[in-house]
Amino acid sequence: MKNKKLAFESLRTVLAVAISLVIALVTILLVSDVPGVALKAFLFGPLDSMRHFGNVLEMMIPLIFTGLAVGIMFQADQFNLGAEGAFFMGAVVSSFVAILWPMPAFIHPVVTILMGGLTGAVFCGIPALLKVKWGASELVSSLMFNYIAFFFGLYLINYFLRDPNAGAMVSFLLPATAKLPVIIPKTRVHFGLIIALLAVAAMYFFNYRTRWGYKNRLTGFNSLFAEYAGIKTAAVVISAQLIGGFIAGAGGSIELLGLYRRFSWTAQLPGYGWSGVIVAILARRNPAYIPLAAFFLAYLRIGADLMSRQSDVQNEIVAIIQAVMIILIAAAGFLEKAQYKMVFRDATKNLPKADNTAQEVEG
Amino acid sequence: MHDAALLTMEKITKVYPNGIVANNEVDFSIRKGEIHALVGENGAGKSTLMRILFGLEESQKGRILLNGEEIKNDSPHIAIANGIGMVHQHFMLVPSLTVAENMILGVEPKKGLRIDLQKAINETRALAEKYNLSVDPLAKVQFLSVGIKQKVEILKALYRGAEILILDEPTAVLTPQETKELFLELKLLKDQGNTIIFISHKLHEVKELCDRITIMRNGQTKGTFNTSDVTPTDISRLMVGRDVILEVEKDPAVPKEIVLSVKDLVMANNLGQKAVKGISFQVRKGEILGIAGVEGNGQRELVEGITGLSRISHGEVSIRGEVVNKKSIKEIRKLGTCHIPEDRMTYGVASEMTIEQNVLADKFDSKEFTGKILTKPKAIRNLSQKLVEEYKIKCSSPLQEVGMLSGGNIQKVVVAREFSSKPLLIIADQPTRGIDVGSTEFIRNRLVELRDEDSAVMLVSADLNEVLELSDSLIVMYEGEITAYFADASKVDEEELGLYMLGIKHQTPEEIGGVVYEK
Repeated sequence: MKNKKLAFESLRTVLAVAISLVIALVTILLVSDVPGVALKAFLFGPLDSMRHFGNVLEMMIPLIFTGLAVGIMFQADQFNLGAEGAFFMGAVVSSFVAILWPMPAFIHPVVTILMGGLTGAVFCGIPALLKVKWGASELVSSLMFNYIAFFFGLYLINYFLRDPNAGAMVSFLLPATAKLPVIIPKTRVHFGLIIALLAVAAMYFFNYRTRWGYKNRLTGFNSLFAEYAGIKTAAVVISAQLIGGFIAGAGGSIELLGLYRRFSWTAQLPGYGWSGVIVAILARRNPAYIPLAAFFLAYLRIGADLMSRQSDVQNEIVAIIQAVMIILIAAAGFLEKAQYKMVFRDATKNLPKADNTAQEVEG
Repeated sequence: MHDAALLTMEKITKVYPNGIVANNEVDFSIRKGEIHALVGENGAGKSTLMRILFGLEESQKGRILLNGEEIKNDSPHIAIANGIGMVHQHFMLVPSLTVAENMILGVEPKKGLRIDLQKAINETRALAEKYNLSVDPLAKVQFLSVGIKQKVEILKALYRGAEILILDEPTAVLTPQETKELFLELKLLKDQGNTIIFISHKLHEVKELCDRITIMRNGQTKGTFNTSDVTPTDISRLMVGRDVILEVEKDPAVPKEIVLSVKDLVMANNLGQKAVKGISFQVRKGEILGIAGVEGNGQRELVEGITGLSRISHGEVSIRGEVVNKKSIKEIRKLGTCHIPEDRMTYGVASEMTIEQNVLADKFDSKEFTGKILTKPKAIRNLSQKLVEEYKIKCSSPLQEVGMLSGGNIQKVVVAREFSSKPLLIIADQPTRGIDVGSTEFIRNRLVELRDEDSAVMLVSADLNEVLELSDSLIVMYEGEITAYFADASKVDEEELGLYMLGIKHQTPEEIGGVVYEK
């Protein structure tokens, strides 16, 4: 029964993805004057060169971090959306550490990433504390905090780190000692990919093999039960958000050190935190599926990018795909009837025939 | 057949989304003007069948005939329009409104745009007189006793034109005296031409009240009989498929030193009212102290206070000589306390996790099962396999999700976890509520075994049979106070117990003080 349920859930996810892709393809066919070119670029563009495929892997890195971050908070049943702000603030603080604290290579990125992570932890920890202390919904406060993070970060960069000669609102150049090395030649794929995969393994282990992870899951599934069993759920809830914030903050830092010459997210929030929510939902709470989900989303986005460059279809089409996907996965009612039929068939298969010996006694 | 069927349900099949088959091709039929008992164990499918009839659940197969014509009860509104009313086990009343206001909810008599409250009051009064159900139309529902609330529920159904009345275990919440009164009222209803379906699993009540009886087991009907043609033994054999008399075999208790001591305990409920009003008692090693009482008389708050789930307002609880007022749940558990919670789905399990992970919940941080950081999968697997076998938990493997099990097996998971921590003090709150006879028997015997192994047991139960069968000594709670103490539970008479449960009788403080063995 359990495996069937799991299989059904996977089927549901795959079907949701398939339906959203079909809708996107139909839309492209309808709006484009050169649908052949557009579809080819969208579906196969990311595979047509090492550089394009490298783009996919590059984009996957931040998505893995934010996906893991959101995932662990969801696991504790905390709908903290602060990964966006944590990612951004992690990168802001990392710029300071990288630019203002000269250090030898190797050590420099390590310290920078740790500082970014700590910043993220503090950032996601504030809504957690507000929730535990005063019952403020972490969803609302973390959402609002993202805007505080953005403008506070801009203020910091603008007043303390802005390069007056750069001609735009960006920071000074990041020193070479702090940068992460490229690991696949002819692409920009950097060492962050390895860190990301290590983080996935660590989180998987955390979730299923550690005492802490067990507490986290127990609290997430039924916090009253966890409390009754003697677990201090407030501590668990806070720690989950601290860890989540740390991962998101470190992710922001790694993204900055791997791909950028200067801190330059000054127009708007980079958006990886929001995407992390999508990744976490696709991966269904299991850290092992995060890389898959991140790869999928990255592939879609790079494909759409290439399509918009080569044809008349805009890359916003990805937003449609994401929206349909999330709605279908999140909607409990999707395929409910089919599942119910399956349950019904299963349950009635081995039933004893109704007892016809039951007699009516007349008075 | 000299009496044509008034209502017939044919081949009703209902499968819940979790795969549990509640009804399997059930046939059920009633005649006009009879009181028809629907009996069966918990989980036999009685309530489900009636919920289908009342339009609360949808069946996958089968049909319902009323006076020979097929009806489709897709919602309670339609069922009511068809003259079917239901009184649920848990009352559906608005506590802050008066009786008359509750009566007219949704079918308000109007005078222009305003509700004609006077008319509602008059109609309520008339209806109450007609059926001899004495209630005050102006009383606020929240101040009414359970028995009166039930009358309001019955009147509510009648007010909506019900001629077929479904009563879902109406006596479960009543004292023996209230039950008698209810029976008189029901007979009067019947004499006036109404038809009543009476769900119960108390056989003597069925014998006393009902004309015919339909027995259900395992989602199927096992026959319909004239009540006078069958003996209680016949019925019970059909109900459970074998002769079981739930009698727990036990030797007299040998109480030893005091384990739990409750002194002048005051607990507030979540509305800030005093739910436990300064009670004192003690439980000793090797005995079962039963706490009888109608539900909602402070038992829940008492249990929450002892186990650390709620803060103690006043007084003192000590376990093995240590005051636990300020201790955490974990610390209280570490003293050897285990707790079978009243509501297993809310407090007892995480239903989306496996059996294995559920039995681990209270001991995951012991050295046996985790190192400093990592868990020890092998030791955990051994534990879960051992418990599944020992407690005969019906499942495909310890890795099955708890939510997929039946109620009795879920309760066994809870009990297995709690009892496997070698408890010195067992707080069992409604340990067998709503589960099958097999599991009930198992859990009750296990409680007695643990008592014999020198655990102290405090048993809270609204099931009179259970407290009387299991307890060595007994206290009765009424409105947050102890109204009686019996040193020997086997000498207690059910009738008398009822008087204390209702607060009609009250022992002297000296008599009640007998449950404090040492100052």
